[in-house]
Amino acid sequence: MRKIKNDVYWVGYIDWDLRNFHGYDTPHGSTYNAYLILDEKPTLIDSVKHYGADEMIRRIKQVIDPSKIQYIISNHTEMDHSGSIDVLLKHCPNAQVVCSPKGEEGLSRHFKKNWNFKVVNTGDTLDIGKRKLTFMLMPMVHWPDSMATYSAEDKILFPNDAFGQHYASTERFADEIGVGLAYDEAAKYYANIVLPFGSQVLKALEGASKMDFDMICPSHGMIWRGKEQITGLVQRYVKWANYESDAQVCITYDSMWHSTEAMAKRFYEVIDMAGIPVKLMNLQTSHMSDVVTDVLKSKVVLFGTSMLNNRMLPTVGALMMYLKGLKPKNRFALSFGSYGWSMVGFKELETSIQDAGFELLGEGKYIRFIPDQDELAKLDSILPLIQAKLAAK
Amino acid sequence: MKKYECTVCGYIYDPAIGDPDHGIKPGTAFENIPNDWVCPDCGVGKSDFKVLN
Repeated sequence: MRKIKNDVYWVGYIDWDLRNFHGYDTPHGSTYNAYLILDEKPTLIDSVKHYGADEMIRRIKQVIDPSKIQYIISNHTEMDHSGSIDVLLKHCPNAQVVCSPKGEEGLSRHFKKNWNFKVVNTGDTLDIGKRKLTFMLMPMVHWPDSMATYSAEDKILFPNDAFGQHYASTERFADEIGVGLAYDEAAKYYANIVLPFGSQVLKALEGASKMDFDMICPSHGMIWRGKEQITGLVQRYVKWANYESDAQVCITYDSMWHSTEAMAKRFYEVIDMAGIPVKLMNLQTSHMSDVVTDVLKSKVVLFGTSMLNNRMLPTVGALMMYLKGLKPKNRFALSFGSYGWSMVGFKELETSIQDAGFELLGEGKYIRFIPDQDELAKLDSILPLIQAKLAAK
Repeated sequence: MKKYECTVCGYIYDPAIGDPDHGIKPGTAFENIPNDWVCPDCGVGKSDFKVLN
Protein backbone atom coordinates (compact mmCIF):
# COMPACT_ATOMS: atom_id res chain seq x y z
CA MET A 1 0.00 0.00 0.00
CA ARG A 2 1.17 3.51 -0.68
CA LYS A 3 -0.69 6.78 -0.16
CA ILE A 4 -0.39 8.83 -3.35
CA LYS A 5 -2.71 11.73 -2.45
CA ASN A 6 -5.11 12.44 0.40
CA ASP A 7 -7.45 9.44 0.62
CA VAL A 8 -6.04 7.91 -2.59
CA TYR A 9 -3.95 4.75 -2.26
CA TRP A 10 -2.00 2.50 -4.64
CA VAL A 11 -3.01 -1.08 -3.84
CA GLY A 12 -1.73 -2.98 -6.88
CA TYR A 13 0.36 -6.07 -7.51
CA ILE A 14 4.06 -6.12 -8.38
CA ASP A 15 4.90 -8.89 -10.85
CA TRP A 16 8.60 -9.38 -10.16
CA ASP A 17 8.65 -12.64 -12.15
CA LEU A 18 7.16 -11.44 -15.43
CA ARG A 19 9.64 -11.79 -18.31
CA ASN A 20 7.28 -12.21 -21.25
CA PHE A 21 4.04 -10.29 -21.66
CA HIS A 22 2.41 -12.07 -24.63
CA GLY A 23 5.68 -11.83 -26.53
CA TYR A 24 6.73 -8.41 -25.22
CA ASP A 25 10.08 -8.89 -23.47
CA THR A 26 9.79 -7.51 -19.91
CA PRO A 27 13.25 -7.85 -18.32
CA HIS A 28 12.22 -5.63 -15.40
CA GLY A 29 8.88 -7.33 -14.69
CA SER A 30 5.75 -5.20 -14.42
CA THR A 31 3.06 -3.95 -12.09
CA TYR A 32 -0.72 -4.04 -12.32
CA ASN A 33 -1.82 -0.89 -10.59
CA ALA A 34 -5.05 -0.66 -8.64
CA TYR A 35 -6.09 2.53 -6.87
CA LEU A 36 -8.36 2.87 -3.87
CA ILE A 37 -10.21 6.13 -3.20
CA LEU A 38 -11.64 6.59 0.29
CA ASP A 39 -14.86 8.58 0.24
CA GLU A 40 -18.44 8.02 1.39
CA LYS A 41 -18.58 5.27 -1.23
CA PRO A 42 -15.09 3.77 -1.30
CA THR A 43 -14.07 3.03 -4.88
CA LEU A 44 -11.41 0.82 -6.46
CA ILE A 45 -10.09 1.88 -9.85
CA ASP A 46 -8.60 -0.94 -11.96
CA SER A 47 -7.47 -4.24 -10.49
CA VAL A 48 -4.85 -6.91 -11.14
CA LYS A 49 -4.05 -10.21 -12.84
CA HIS A 50 -5.74 -13.25 -11.30
CA TYR A 51 -2.59 -14.45 -9.55
CA GLY A 52 -2.12 -11.04 -7.90
CA ALA A 53 -5.53 -10.99 -6.20
CA ASP A 54 -4.27 -11.97 -2.73
CA GLU A 55 -1.55 -9.34 -2.73
CA MET A 56 -4.00 -6.63 -3.85
CA ILE A 57 -6.54 -7.63 -1.18
CA ARG A 58 -3.77 -7.64 1.44
CA ARG A 59 -2.92 -4.06 0.45
CA ILE A 60 -6.58 -2.99 0.43
CA LYS A 61 -6.98 -4.40 3.96
CA GLN A 62 -4.16 -2.13 5.15
CA VAL A 63 -6.45 0.79 4.31
CA ILE A 64 -10.05 -0.38 4.65
CA ASP A 65 -12.30 -3.38 5.17
CA PRO A 66 -12.83 -4.54 1.54
CA SER A 67 -16.54 -5.16 2.20
CA LYS A 68 -16.96 -1.38 2.42
CA ILE A 69 -15.99 -0.90 -1.23
CA GLN A 70 -19.03 0.26 -3.22
CA TYR A 71 -17.63 0.50 -6.74
CA ILE A 72 -15.01 -1.42 -8.72
CA ILE A 73 -14.20 0.55 -11.85
CA SER A 74 -12.93 -1.61 -14.70
CA ASN A 75 -11.36 0.80 -17.17
CA HIS A 76 -10.24 -2.10 -19.38
CA THR A 77 -11.43 -5.67 -19.82
CA GLU A 78 -8.06 -7.28 -20.53
CA MET A 79 -7.33 -9.85 -17.85
CA ASP A 80 -4.17 -8.23 -16.49
CA HIS A 81 -6.50 -5.55 -15.12
CA SER A 82 -9.75 -7.44 -14.61
CA GLY A 83 -8.71 -11.05 -14.03
CA SER A 84 -9.19 -10.80 -10.28
CA ILE A 85 -12.64 -9.14 -10.26
CA ASP A 86 -14.40 -12.46 -9.49
CA VAL A 87 -12.18 -13.01 -6.42
CA LEU A 88 -12.47 -9.35 -5.49
CA LEU A 89 -16.28 -9.50 -5.52
CA LYS A 90 -16.18 -12.23 -2.86
CA HIS A 91 -14.31 -9.82 -0.58
CA CYS A 92 -16.41 -6.83 -1.71
CA PRO A 93 -19.98 -8.22 -1.82
CA ASN A 94 -21.44 -4.71 -1.76
CA ALA A 95 -19.53 -3.50 -4.80
CA GLN A 96 -20.92 -2.80 -8.24
CA VAL A 97 -18.67 -3.19 -11.31
CA VAL A 98 -18.49 -0.01 -13.39
CA CYS A 99 -17.40 -0.30 -17.02
CA SER A 100 -17.97 0.91 -20.59
CA PRO A 101 -20.63 -0.71 -22.85
CA LYS A 102 -17.90 -2.74 -24.57
CA GLY A 103 -16.47 -3.51 -21.15
CA GLU A 104 -19.77 -5.11 -20.14
CA GLU A 105 -19.67 -7.30 -23.26
CA GLY A 106 -16.04 -8.24 -22.71
CA LEU A 107 -16.28 -8.97 -18.98
CA SER A 108 -19.41 -11.05 -19.57
CA ARG A 109 -17.55 -13.08 -22.21
CA HIS A 110 -14.58 -13.59 -19.91
CA PHE A 111 -16.32 -14.46 -16.66
CA LYS A 112 -19.64 -15.86 -17.99
CA LYS A 113 -21.38 -14.08 -15.13
CA ASN A 114 -24.16 -11.56 -15.31
CA TRP A 115 -22.85 -9.14 -12.73
CA ASN A 116 -24.94 -6.11 -11.96
CA PHE A 117 -22.84 -3.82 -14.13
CA LYS A 118 -23.09 -0.07 -14.02
CA VAL A 119 -22.44 0.90 -17.63
CA VAL A 120 -21.02 4.37 -18.28
CA ASN A 121 -20.31 6.49 -21.33
CA THR A 122 -18.19 9.56 -22.06
CA GLY A 123 -19.19 12.44 -19.81
CA ASP A 124 -21.09 10.28 -17.31
CA THR A 125 -20.28 10.91 -13.68
CA LEU A 126 -20.29 8.78 -10.56
CA ASP A 127 -20.99 10.44 -7.24
CA ILE A 128 -18.91 8.76 -4.53
CA GLY A 129 -19.31 11.41 -1.83
CA LYS A 130 -17.08 14.46 -1.87
CA ARG A 131 -15.92 13.41 -5.30
CA LYS A 132 -17.62 13.10 -8.62
CA LEU A 133 -15.70 10.78 -10.95
CA THR A 134 -16.00 11.43 -14.70
CA PHE A 135 -15.57 8.84 -17.45
CA MET A 136 -14.17 9.15 -20.95
CA LEU A 137 -14.38 6.26 -23.42
CA MET A 138 -11.13 5.72 -25.32
CA PRO A 139 -11.99 3.10 -27.96
CA MET A 140 -8.86 1.40 -29.32
CA VAL A 141 -6.54 2.92 -26.74
CA HIS A 142 -5.98 0.11 -26.88
CA TRP A 143 -9.11 -2.14 -26.96
CA PRO A 144 -12.69 -1.23 -27.94
CA ASP A 145 -13.68 -1.25 -24.23
CA SER A 146 -10.88 1.01 -22.95
CA MET A 147 -11.84 4.08 -20.94
CA ALA A 148 -10.31 6.59 -18.53
CA THR A 149 -11.58 7.73 -15.14
CA TYR A 150 -10.97 11.29 -13.98
CA SER A 151 -11.19 12.69 -10.48
CA ALA A 152 -11.43 16.48 -10.68
CA GLU A 153 -11.31 16.79 -6.89
CA ASP A 154 -8.01 14.89 -6.72
CA LYS A 155 -6.72 16.26 -10.04
CA ILE A 156 -5.87 12.71 -11.10
CA LEU A 157 -6.36 11.00 -14.45
CA PHE A 158 -6.61 7.20 -14.42
CA PRO A 159 -6.05 6.32 -18.12
CA ASN A 160 -5.43 2.59 -17.61
CA ASP A 161 -2.90 1.27 -20.19
CA ALA A 162 -2.25 4.66 -21.79
CA PHE A 163 0.99 6.18 -20.39
CA GLY A 164 1.87 2.82 -18.79
CA GLN A 165 5.23 1.04 -18.70
CA HIS A 166 6.23 -2.51 -17.85
CA TYR A 167 8.51 -1.91 -14.90
CA ALA A 168 8.50 -3.55 -11.48
CA SER A 169 9.95 -1.43 -8.70
CA THR A 170 9.72 -0.77 -4.99
CA GLU A 171 9.03 2.83 -6.04
CA ARG A 172 5.72 4.15 -7.34
CA PHE A 173 6.56 7.48 -8.96
CA ALA A 174 8.47 8.10 -12.21
CA ASP A 175 10.82 10.58 -10.55
CA GLU A 176 11.78 7.98 -7.95
CA ILE A 177 13.30 5.67 -10.59
CA GLY A 178 14.43 8.55 -12.85
CA VAL A 179 12.07 10.22 -15.32
CA GLY A 180 14.36 9.41 -18.27
CA LEU A 181 14.13 5.69 -17.56
CA ALA A 182 10.35 5.95 -17.16
CA TYR A 183 10.06 7.80 -20.51
CA ASP A 184 12.18 5.06 -22.18
CA GLU A 185 9.90 2.36 -20.79
CA ALA A 186 6.83 4.38 -21.85
CA ALA A 187 8.28 4.47 -25.39
CA LYS A 188 8.71 0.71 -25.43
CA TYR A 189 5.18 0.30 -24.14
CA TYR A 190 3.79 2.67 -26.77
CA ALA A 191 5.69 0.92 -29.58
CA ASN A 192 4.50 -2.54 -28.57
CA ILE A 193 0.94 -1.82 -27.43
CA VAL A 194 -0.36 1.53 -28.65
CA LEU A 195 1.41 2.19 -31.98
CA PRO A 196 -1.44 1.16 -34.34
CA PHE A 197 -3.86 3.63 -32.75
CA GLY A 198 -2.41 7.10 -33.44
CA SER A 199 -5.68 8.76 -34.45
CA GLN A 200 -7.53 7.36 -31.42
CA VAL A 201 -4.70 8.48 -29.10
CA LEU A 202 -4.99 12.02 -30.48
CA LYS A 203 -8.76 11.95 -29.84
CA ALA A 204 -8.22 10.77 -26.26
CA LEU A 205 -5.53 13.42 -25.68
CA GLU A 206 -7.95 16.08 -26.93
CA GLY A 207 -10.53 14.88 -24.38
CA ALA A 208 -7.92 14.83 -21.62
CA SER A 209 -6.76 18.35 -22.50
CA LYS A 210 -10.08 19.64 -21.13
CA MET A 211 -9.33 18.08 -17.73
CA ASP A 212 -7.22 19.66 -15.03
CA PHE A 213 -4.84 17.12 -13.50
CA ASP A 214 -1.38 17.08 -11.97
CA MET A 215 -1.09 13.31 -11.65
CA ILE A 216 -1.49 10.45 -14.14
CA CYS A 217 -2.05 7.02 -12.61
CA PRO A 218 -1.63 4.37 -15.32
CA SER A 219 -2.36 0.69 -14.87
CA HIS A 220 1.26 -0.43 -15.37
CA GLY A 221 4.48 0.89 -13.90
CA MET A 222 5.23 4.30 -12.50
CA ILE A 223 2.84 7.14 -11.65
CA TRP A 224 3.52 10.51 -13.32
CA ARG A 225 3.27 13.68 -11.26
CA GLY A 226 3.90 17.39 -11.73
CA LYS A 227 3.45 19.64 -14.73
CA GLU A 228 6.92 19.19 -16.20
CA GLN A 229 6.82 15.39 -16.14
CA ILE A 230 3.30 15.23 -17.53
CA THR A 231 3.96 17.79 -20.27
CA GLY A 232 7.03 15.84 -21.39
CA LEU A 233 5.02 12.63 -21.46
CA VAL A 234 2.08 14.13 -23.37
CA GLN A 235 4.46 15.72 -25.90
CA ARG A 236 5.96 12.31 -26.55
CA TYR A 237 2.51 10.75 -27.01
CA VAL A 238 1.51 13.53 -29.45
CA LYS A 239 4.69 12.95 -31.44
CA TRP A 240 4.25 9.18 -31.57
CA ALA A 241 0.52 9.42 -32.35
CA ASN A 242 1.35 11.69 -35.30
CA TYR A 243 3.85 9.03 -36.46
CA GLU A 244 6.76 11.44 -36.17
CA SER A 245 10.23 10.01 -35.65
CA ASP A 246 13.80 11.17 -35.22
CA ALA A 247 16.55 11.56 -37.82
CA GLN A 248 18.06 8.20 -36.97
CA VAL A 249 18.43 4.78 -38.55
CA CYS A 250 17.80 1.27 -37.26
CA ILE A 251 19.46 -1.67 -39.04
CA THR A 252 17.88 -4.98 -38.08
CA TYR A 253 18.80 -8.34 -39.56
CA ASP A 254 19.49 -12.01 -39.11
CA SER A 255 22.29 -13.87 -40.84
CA MET A 256 23.14 -17.55 -41.49
CA TRP A 257 26.81 -17.44 -42.49
CA HIS A 258 27.81 -13.83 -41.69
CA SER A 259 27.31 -12.46 -45.23
CA THR A 260 24.12 -10.55 -44.43
CA GLU A 261 25.84 -9.52 -41.20
CA ALA A 262 28.79 -8.15 -43.23
CA MET A 263 26.34 -6.09 -45.30
CA ALA A 264 24.60 -4.81 -42.15
CA LYS A 265 27.94 -3.78 -40.69
CA ARG A 266 28.93 -1.99 -43.89
CA PHE A 267 25.68 -0.01 -43.79
CA TYR A 268 26.32 0.70 -40.12
CA GLU A 269 29.82 1.96 -40.84
CA VAL A 270 28.89 4.28 -43.68
CA ILE A 271 25.87 5.74 -41.84
CA ASP A 272 27.80 6.13 -38.59
CA MET A 273 30.73 7.79 -40.40
CA ALA A 274 28.26 10.32 -41.84
CA GLY A 275 27.38 11.35 -38.28
CA ILE A 276 23.87 9.90 -38.34
CA PRO A 277 22.64 8.14 -35.18
CA VAL A 278 22.34 4.46 -36.16
CA LYS A 279 21.64 1.24 -34.27
CA LEU A 280 22.57 -2.29 -35.27
CA MET A 281 20.03 -4.84 -34.04
CA ASN A 282 20.81 -8.46 -34.75
CA LEU A 283 17.61 -10.45 -34.27
CA GLN A 284 19.62 -13.27 -32.68
CA THR A 285 20.50 -10.95 -29.79
CA SER A 286 17.94 -8.11 -29.87
CA HIS A 287 14.38 -8.95 -28.90
CA MET A 288 11.66 -8.08 -31.41
CA SER A 289 9.94 -5.88 -28.84
CA ASP A 290 13.11 -3.79 -28.52
CA VAL A 291 13.50 -3.61 -32.30
CA VAL A 292 9.99 -2.13 -32.69
CA THR A 293 10.87 0.43 -29.99
CA ASP A 294 13.69 1.57 -32.25
CA VAL A 295 11.39 1.50 -35.25
CA LEU A 296 9.20 3.97 -33.29
CA LYS A 297 12.17 6.31 -32.96
CA SER A 298 13.73 5.88 -36.42
CA LYS A 299 12.80 7.58 -39.69
CA VAL A 300 14.67 4.91 -41.68
CA VAL A 301 14.85 1.16 -41.05
CA LEU A 302 16.97 -1.34 -42.97
CA PHE A 303 15.76 -4.95 -42.91
CA GLY A 304 18.24 -7.72 -43.73
CA THR A 305 17.93 -11.46 -44.10
CA SER A 306 19.69 -14.44 -45.58
CA MET A 307 17.69 -16.81 -47.79
CA LEU A 308 16.74 -20.03 -46.01
CA ASN A 309 14.82 -22.51 -48.18
CA ASN A 310 14.07 -19.56 -50.50
CA ARG A 311 12.43 -17.64 -47.68
CA MET A 312 13.43 -14.91 -45.24
CA LEU A 313 14.69 -16.21 -41.92
CA PRO A 314 11.89 -16.95 -39.40
CA THR A 315 13.13 -14.25 -37.01
CA VAL A 316 12.75 -11.65 -39.77
CA GLY A 317 9.38 -13.13 -40.81
CA ALA A 318 8.09 -12.86 -37.24
CA LEU A 319 9.27 -9.24 -36.98
CA MET A 320 7.53 -8.38 -40.26
CA MET A 321 4.27 -9.98 -39.10
CA TYR A 322 4.50 -8.05 -35.82
CA LEU A 323 5.11 -4.78 -37.71
CA LYS A 324 2.21 -5.47 -40.08
CA GLY A 325 -0.08 -5.30 -37.04
CA LEU A 326 1.68 -2.34 -35.42
CA LYS A 327 1.37 -0.34 -38.67
CA PRO A 328 4.12 2.28 -38.32
CA LYS A 329 3.62 5.16 -40.76
CA ASN A 330 5.77 7.95 -42.24
CA ARG A 331 8.90 5.82 -42.29
CA PHE A 332 11.24 4.57 -44.98
CA ALA A 333 12.86 1.20 -45.36
CA LEU A 334 15.22 -0.85 -47.50
CA SER A 335 15.71 -4.59 -47.72
CA PHE A 336 19.06 -6.29 -48.07
CA GLY A 337 20.67 -9.68 -47.71
CA SER A 338 22.80 -12.49 -49.02
CA TYR A 339 21.50 -15.40 -51.09
CA GLY A 340 22.85 -18.53 -52.74
CA TRP A 341 20.63 -19.13 -55.76
CA SER A 342 17.00 -18.04 -55.33
CA MET A 343 15.90 -14.51 -54.49
CA VAL A 344 12.15 -15.10 -54.13
CA GLY A 345 12.24 -14.53 -50.37
CA PHE A 346 13.51 -10.99 -50.92
CA LYS A 347 10.37 -10.18 -52.92
CA GLU A 348 8.36 -11.41 -49.94
CA LEU A 349 10.40 -9.21 -47.62
CA GLU A 350 9.83 -6.15 -49.84
CA THR A 351 6.10 -6.89 -49.87
CA SER A 352 6.09 -7.34 -46.08
CA ILE A 353 7.89 -4.02 -45.62
CA GLN A 354 5.24 -2.26 -47.68
CA ASP A 355 2.39 -4.16 -46.01
CA ALA A 356 3.69 -2.86 -42.67
CA GLY A 357 3.32 0.70 -43.97
CA PHE A 358 6.91 1.62 -44.87
CA GLU A 359 7.81 3.36 -48.09
CA LEU A 360 10.74 1.69 -49.88
CA LEU A 361 13.82 3.89 -50.06
CA GLY A 362 14.94 2.25 -53.26
CA GLU A 363 15.77 -1.13 -54.72
CA GLY A 364 16.88 -3.77 -52.26
CA LYS A 365 20.58 -4.64 -52.02
CA TYR A 366 21.25 -8.33 -52.54
CA ILE A 367 24.60 -10.11 -52.91
CA ARG A 368 25.26 -13.72 -53.93
CA PHE A 369 27.03 -15.81 -51.27
CA ILE A 370 29.94 -13.87 -49.76
CA PRO A 371 30.25 -10.16 -50.60
CA ASP A 372 33.67 -8.98 -51.84
CA GLN A 373 35.15 -5.57 -51.08
CA ASP A 374 33.87 -3.99 -54.31
CA GLU A 375 30.37 -5.23 -53.64
CA LEU A 376 30.46 -3.93 -50.08
CA ALA A 377 31.71 -0.54 -51.31
CA LYS A 378 28.75 -0.32 -53.69
CA LEU A 379 26.39 -0.52 -50.68
CA ASP A 380 27.56 2.98 -49.70
CA SER A 381 25.28 4.32 -52.45
CA ILE A 382 22.34 4.15 -50.04
CA LEU A 383 23.77 6.98 -47.90
CA PRO A 384 22.49 9.92 -50.01
CA LEU A 385 19.04 8.28 -50.16
CA ILE A 386 18.97 8.08 -46.37
CA GLN A 387 20.32 11.60 -45.93
CA ALA A 388 17.63 12.99 -48.24
CA LYS A 389 14.86 11.34 -46.20
CA LEU A 390 16.32 12.42 -42.86
CA ALA A 391 16.71 16.00 -44.06
CA ALA A 392 13.10 16.22 -45.31
CA LYS A 393 10.49 17.26 -42.78
CA MET B 1 -23.77 9.34 -49.41
CA LYS B 2 -23.97 8.43 -45.75
CA LYS B 3 -21.16 8.05 -43.26
CA TYR B 4 -20.96 4.81 -41.29
CA GLU B 5 -19.57 4.22 -37.83
CA CYS B 6 -17.84 1.07 -36.59
CA THR B 7 -19.82 -0.04 -33.53
CA VAL B 8 -16.79 -1.82 -32.09
CA CYS B 9 -14.14 0.91 -32.12
CA GLY B 10 -15.82 4.11 -33.27
CA TYR B 11 -14.00 4.45 -36.62
CA ILE B 12 -16.05 6.54 -39.05
CA TYR B 13 -16.15 5.63 -42.73
CA ASP B 14 -16.52 8.81 -44.76
CA PRO B 15 -17.32 8.04 -48.41
CA ALA B 16 -15.74 11.35 -49.45
CA ILE B 17 -12.41 10.08 -48.11
CA GLY B 18 -12.83 6.34 -48.71
CA ASP B 19 -10.07 4.09 -47.39
CA PRO B 20 -7.34 4.50 -50.00
CA ASP B 21 -4.78 2.60 -47.90
CA HIS B 22 -6.94 -0.49 -48.40
CA GLY B 23 -8.02 0.04 -51.98
CA ILE B 24 -11.26 1.95 -51.37
CA LYS B 25 -11.23 5.06 -53.54
CA PRO B 26 -12.65 8.41 -52.37
CA GLY B 27 -16.27 8.66 -53.45
CA THR B 28 -17.10 5.00 -52.74
CA ALA B 29 -20.46 4.56 -51.00
CA PHE B 30 -20.34 2.23 -48.00
CA GLU B 31 -22.76 -0.13 -49.77
CA ASN B 32 -20.30 -0.49 -52.66
CA ILE B 33 -17.30 -1.48 -50.54
CA PRO B 34 -16.41 -5.16 -51.15
CA ASN B 35 -17.74 -7.50 -48.47
CA ASP B 36 -14.28 -8.69 -47.47
CA TRP B 37 -13.25 -5.15 -46.43
CA VAL B 38 -12.61 -4.77 -42.69
CA CYS B 39 -12.45 -1.79 -40.35
CA PRO B 40 -8.95 -0.31 -40.79
CA ASP B 41 -8.69 0.35 -37.04
CA CYS B 42 -10.04 -2.75 -35.32
CA GLY B 43 -10.52 -5.34 -38.08
CA VAL B 44 -14.24 -6.18 -37.82
CA GLY B 45 -16.42 -6.65 -40.92
CA LYS B 46 -18.99 -4.41 -42.61
CA SER B 47 -21.84 -5.94 -40.61
CA ASP B 48 -20.49 -4.26 -37.46
CA PHE B 49 -21.04 -0.80 -38.99
CA LYS B 50 -24.14 1.35 -38.62
CA VAL B 51 -25.29 4.52 -40.34
CA LEU B 52 -23.99 7.62 -38.58
CA ASN B 53 -26.80 10.03 -37.84
